[in-house]
Amino acid sequence: MSEEHSFTLDGRRIPFQDGQTVMQAALEAGVYIPHLCFNPEFTPHGSCRVCLVKVNNRMQAACTTPAADGQTVQSETEEVRDIRRGILQMLFVEGNHVCPACEKSGACQLQAVAYYVGMLAPHFKHFYPRRPVDASHPEAVIDFNRCILCELCVRASRDVDGKNIFAVEGRGIQAHLVVNTPSGQLGATNFSIHDKAAQVCPTGSILTKHQGYNIPIGQRLYDRKPINIVGDVAQLSESLGGRRHD
Amino acid sequence: MAESSTLTGAIRDIVQRHGGMPTRLLQILRDVQDRLTWLSPETLERVAEEIGISPNKVRSVAEFYSFLYTAPRGRYDILFSDNITDRMLGNRQLLHYLCDRLRVGVGKTRADGLVTVGTTSCTGMCDQGPAALVNGYTLTRLDKSRLDCIANLIESRIPLTEWPREFFEVYSNIRRADILLGRHFADGSALRATQKRGPDAIMEEMVKSGLRGQGGAGFGSANKWLSCRNAYGDVKYVVCNADEGEPGTFKDRVLMQDFADLVFEGMTLCGRIIGARQGFVYLRGEYRYMLNALKATLQQRREAGLLGEAILGDPSFNFDIEIHLGAGAYVCGEESALIESLEGKHGVPRIRPPFPTTHGYLNKPTVVNNVETFATAAKIAVEGGDWFASRGTAYSKGTKLLSVSGDCERPGIYEYPFGVTVNRVLEDCGAHNAQGIQMAGPAGHTISAKQFHRLICFEDLATGGSFMVFDQSRDILDGIRNFAHFFVHESCGFCTPCRVGTSLMRDLVDKVHTGHGTLYDLEEMRKLGRIMQVSCHCGLGQTAPNPVLDSLQEFPEAYERRLRSTAYEPAFNLNQALEEARQLTGRHDPGAYLNDEDLLVGVMP
Repeated sequence: MSEEHSFTLDGRRIPFQDGQTVMQAALEAGVYIPHLCFNPEFTPHGSCRVCLVKVNNRMQAACTTPAADGQTVQSETEEVRDIRRGILQMLFVEGNHVCPACEKSGACQLQAVAYYVGMLAPHFKHFYPRRPVDASHPEAVIDFNRCILCELCVRASRDVDGKNIFAVEGRGIQAHLVVNTPSGQLGATNFSIHDKAAQVCPTGSILTKHQGYNIPIGQRLYDRKPINIVGDVAQLSESLGGRRHD
Repeated sequence: MAESSTLTGAIRDIVQRHGGMPTRLLQILRDVQDRLTWLSPETLERVAEEIGISPNKVRSVAEFYSFLYTAPRGRYDILFSDNITDRMLGNRQLLHYLCDRLRVGVGKTRADGLVTVGTTSCTGMCDQGPAALVNGYTLTRLDKSRLDCIANLIESRIPLTEWPREFFEVYSNIRRADILLGRHFADGSALRATQKRGPDAIMEEMVKSGLRGQGGAGFGSANKWLSCRNAYGDVKYVVCNADEGEPGTFKDRVLMQDFADLVFEGMTLCGRIIGARQGFVYLRGEYRYMLNALKATLQQRREAGLLGEAILGDPSFNFDIEIHLGAGAYVCGEESALIESLEGKHGVPRIRPPFPTTHGYLNKPTVVNNVETFATAAKIAVEGGDWFASRGTAYSKGTKLLSVSGDCERPGIYEYPFGVTVNRVLEDCGAHNAQGIQMAGPAGHTISAKQFHRLICFEDLATGGSFMVFDQSRDILDGIRNFAHFFVHESCGFCTPCRVGTSLMRDLVDKVHTGHGTLYDLEEMRKLGRIMQVSCHCGLGQTAPNPVLDSLQEFPEAYERRLRSTAYEPAFNLNQALEEARQLTGRHDPGAYLNDEDLLVGVMP
């Protein structure tokens, strides 16, 4: 019998198997590390940087850092929370995130993670970019104002649905989500609300039409319990309030 | 109809010339644009069709690189180099002068489609600026009389091949030579030494030499080679990073221009040792002017039996080199972004580990080294590791090329043993009145005179070679602002803290620079900088706040004398925000302004 691999996370022993990342091992052990671009069903991306942890005194993204024996990982410290909060605030000022007027409010992972890291205000100067809303599809609407460039829809459409409907174009602050058609309109694609890509958005960017307020605000997933208890909305079955923007 | 079939034919020819390989997408797009001046949506669709890849892959590449245009451009496309050293030499006045002469706005294409005039990041001509690019070719030492002449050439539609040659002349300006630049090197001697003594013995010399990556990161070169040599797999690659994008550095340009044989020999040597058959030079787009000369050098080496099949008559020694041209993306200097770009993709740094030595080009084991590192390796193969290690300091063996520019009498290339003091360099280059140095470029360190005693080496002041001097007449904050804008332009946009943080930092620096900052804003810069340093995905974002953080420490007065005395000043200017309403209503009476002071500001322009 070989000895079990493990590292410590905020003092707690976390077992892991070869090839697992810090994030995967923590999730498996039932420990929540906040994240947005990470989704256990997909290859780690490492772009949002929200899952930053301190590994042996160096800040690293938990989703891309291989777990190693004897590692000391710090997650819920004031230092780490400050940085995560700063990154969340950057995401909020980069786009146009108006939670009180958003139909995803209460079931939005971005909002729930912001609450989790103690973000009370966006702090930085708002960019107020001019971005369109695409309601050309009969069943879904894309509000680009809320996109955080996690590329989960890009990955889901390409790798799971086999449709390759989404892409990110442009460089730096000009980077933006596009729909792969000459018109750029979702209505011109074979996108369906049953696609994986329709179910992975951690914000209110991709919404299903005609059911926005079936569950009233105040009674939604994260209105009832924080994200570290209930997990990602995209990960939960519909009966538990996931998969749909309730 | 006829026009569209000509378009298809032209694109098909270009794609076929590149073997229809998706890895050559960036090269293909460059060639197509040379032919058509810009890449229309229709053109991109055709390219995708001809290669047989999805159109969005082609678009994402076209949208990523600064030198690829997805909007119409003039037949003459002029980009002024906009590094701080160009600014110190008066490039902004010249830019506006030329725009006035040609009656075109900055960054705009003239209505008749003849010319576009804009700016670009440092073109690596800091010792002979102000510089610019015309259709990708380098123009040096610009002044008003040259621009008068250029304006006339453009208006008369004279092709570039008929422009005066001296406009394009690039000097090497080697001011101090040591073991790398000073000693004669016989082409082929490193390869002959390897043939005679065997790759193991030469590898041993590399280990003994202690050579560290000369791009600035300082990773042990022998370890890199060994790691790749021992990596699993039959197919391996050698990549030379000649994407010298750090503002203020130009030593790789001089090595490629004057010592290409030495660089190619170092690559070939590496190929022999690690067991690679193919090498690539990733040459930054700004150095396009030397592409043909480099290709000719490669051909000469093939004919001399130093490259290609059966090198030096040894049928087991096959290695060739291909040159890829970049297209204006600083981030591609990061080795994994460079590899992505070599594969024909947009240049976003990979998640590391795994590292290129095991998963590099096309996921095969790959050595990526800087130009200077390969050149030095070739010398070590001939002269031995001990010879090299006898120079320098305990942890930084050998010599380093410095690219010196800014306020000094003799800008150019200086080769010193590691451990030279900043003071010594300043003395040698004739910088008598230096206030500060930007060491290792914007991603490096901003230092003031109280640090001029420090040593240039990995254990003290590490550098890839950029050394920009600012004398007492300069405002340090002009440089910091230039660098903050540079990082906004060059962020790849992949990770949050770099994509958003660089813009936030630029706005804060602008706010202070224009006299609207307060102590609160300085604290904001420190906090933001700290977040970026520890949270960004790659070195670009991690180092982007360095100039601000360093200068806050080294030159606090540059900030403080511009601050408002209030504790807090809003990020927007309320009076300016009302300007649109004033324009619309045509009101310019005192009641349309917030107060008397604003009224004055408002009517000034």
